[in-house]
Parts: sequence; C-alpha cells; structure tokens
Amino acid sequence: MHELSLAQHLLSLALEQAHQSGALRITGLYLVVGELAPLEETSLSFYWEHVTLETPAAGSQVHVRRLPMQMRCLDCGRSFQPGGETWSCPGCGGERVRLQGGDECYLEAIDVEATPRPREIPCPTA
Amino acid sequence: MPDRVAVGQRILRANDDLAAANRAMLDSAGVFSVNLMASPGAGKTSLIERTVQALAGKFRLGVIDGDLATSLDADRAAAAGARAVQINTGGQCHLDAAMVSRGLDDLDLQSVDLLIVENVGNLVCPVDFVLGTHRNVLIASVPEGDDKPFKYPASYRGMNAVVLNKIDLLPHVRFDLKRFRHGVEVLNPDVDMFLVSCETGEGLPAWLGWLERKVEAFRLAPEAERDAG
Repeated sequence: MHELSLAQHLLSLALEQAHQSGALRITGLYLVVGELAPLEETSLSFYWEHVTLETPAAGSQVHVRRLPMQMRCLDCGRSFQPGGETWSCPGCGGERVRLQGGDECYLEAIDVEATPRPREIPCPTA
Repeated sequence: MPDRVAVGQRILRANDDLAAANRAMLDSAGVFSVNLMASPGAGKTSLIERTVQALAGKFRLGVIDGDLATSLDADRAAAAGARAVQINTGGQCHLDAAMVSRGLDDLDLQSVDLLIVENVGNLVCPVDFVLGTHRNVLIASVPEGDDKPFKYPASYRGMNAVVLNKIDLLPHVRFDLKRFRHGVEVLNPDVDMFLVSCETGEGLPAWLGWLERKVEAFRLAPEAERDAG
C-alpha cells in the first residue's frame, strides 16, 4: 500500500551508500523483509523502475529475502512458526509465547560498479 | 564485475532519523506525546474528544490530526478544547515523521503538556512509520472481531497500550475477550489494556488515569520516560 514511499526511501539510502563507497552505479539491491513487514514485491518493483529512472540505480534489480514470523514458547523454550487461528505452542500447548522475529525490513547490501551506466546508443533518426 | 557493499540499515532510516528529531523537539519542550492508531471507525476521534474533555482542566492538550483530505477530526478535537492542527496526507495511507514535523511547527509546543497524534485510519501502514512520539496506542473496537491481532500482527505489535472500544456492544456481538487479549499480549508482553465505551463512558477512568500518570511521570523524570516508549 505504501510501496511508492518505500521505493523512494530505498533509493535515497542506496544512493547515499553507493556515494560513500565511491561507486557510480548501482546494479543490485538485497533486502531482508520479515513476514510482518507489509511490503509487496511486485508493487515495489513497479515503483522502483519509476523512481530510479535517470538515476545511478536505473535498471538495477531488487532481490528480496523473506523471513517467516517466529515465536518462542516461554514455558518449554521451543521456537516455532505460528500457523492458523491460534498462537499456542505446538510443543507443550502453552499460551505464554512471544514474538521473536518477522518484522525485519532492511537493506542488507548493494552491488555497485565504479563505472557509470553505459550511455544508451540513440536510435538513428529516420 | 560489481562490488558488493554491506549496508545493514533499515529501509525507512530517513524516517527514523526525522522521528528522532521530532522526539528531541518534544523532549526539549517538555511535551509528552502518544501516537494513536486504529482502523477507520474504531473510535479514535471519540476517544480524543472524551480524553480532551476529561483532562483539559489538568493539562494543556494538543492534537495533530492526520486525515486524507478533511478537517472534520481536528474540528472535533478543537471543539472539545484542544489546540488542534490538521495534516492532510493528500491520499497517503499513513502519517510519517516529516508530516508530523510540519505539524509540530504549527503548534505552540510551549503551551502544550500532552500531545495526541491521531494517525490516519488504517490498520496496515502507520505502524512502520515511527513519528517520534513517546508511546504507541492502538484502539480496537468490539465489532471488528476478536481475530484482528492474529490477522494483523504487524499492526498490533509495538504497542504500549491497547484500548478496546465499544464494549457496550459485547452482549450483542460474538467476541472472545480472552482470545483477543492473548493475541495482544503475545505481540506486546508489557502492554496495558483498557476496555472502554466512548458511548457510555464505561472504563474511561482507567484509560485517563494511565495517561495522566504517564504525563506526570514525564514531568518528574523526563529522562527516564524518554527511552521507555
């Protein structure tokens, strides 16, 4: 639902990091996104293409690694991925469980190149 | 061949940074603040009206109202006795730290003790965009059903308080309070929960008492409260 603003935030973060490493072009981005983080990949890719036009990140690929929602039982210590209608522990049936992971939403790494994006050869005019 | 550069930063870091600046501004002005989130119709504005009416004699209240296009909510908050600022998000589904920063500029913070930020009615997006407020409060309502923490865990996590509104409808609607509470507590182990009806006033004193204690604690020891939320 808010992938446009996520794309804009992602672009400024990636450009800042590329600039710091002296790179002139970004070719790939690696995101880590938990199940709880509302990010829809198709929609992000759509906006990504749009916001990166004529930037050093134009044409770059966004790779998303999804992480599942993780819970831990306070009674028996078991970690599990909750499913269905309840969040009871599948091991001991206990209800004292806590959220352990699944809300990650960060940029892990970028692929950069020290050369600028090759200029596109203009179509010969008819 | 490309080089891989490790980053390891939150995608919304720019928003996080702006939120930290908002927080510093609120802290230096001595304003305690809450971010109020809920789906449309849960009762955000009604709870704000009730809260402003009840606490106006004790604290100076400010309200920043996020809405898609109208100023109806800010008008209601102002009529109840608060200094209210409307932020129209122009269709955006949530408030972000930049919008709140503009709202703070429009408020005379020196004349405010308690600031309530009413987020856009939406149960999905607002929670990811931190605003710099001291506490997160979610309002749920009985007709929404007891399954919402399980269906929208992303929205229910990270809450300091959950207010369940419209409890006067409990006799008429199927709602398993125990199940709802379980879902809320799994996601927020230290949450404070309040069962209220903005219609009848039932349960409101406990919510108002919680808020009052938070404002007082912030006044007495702002440093201790700053990092707590």
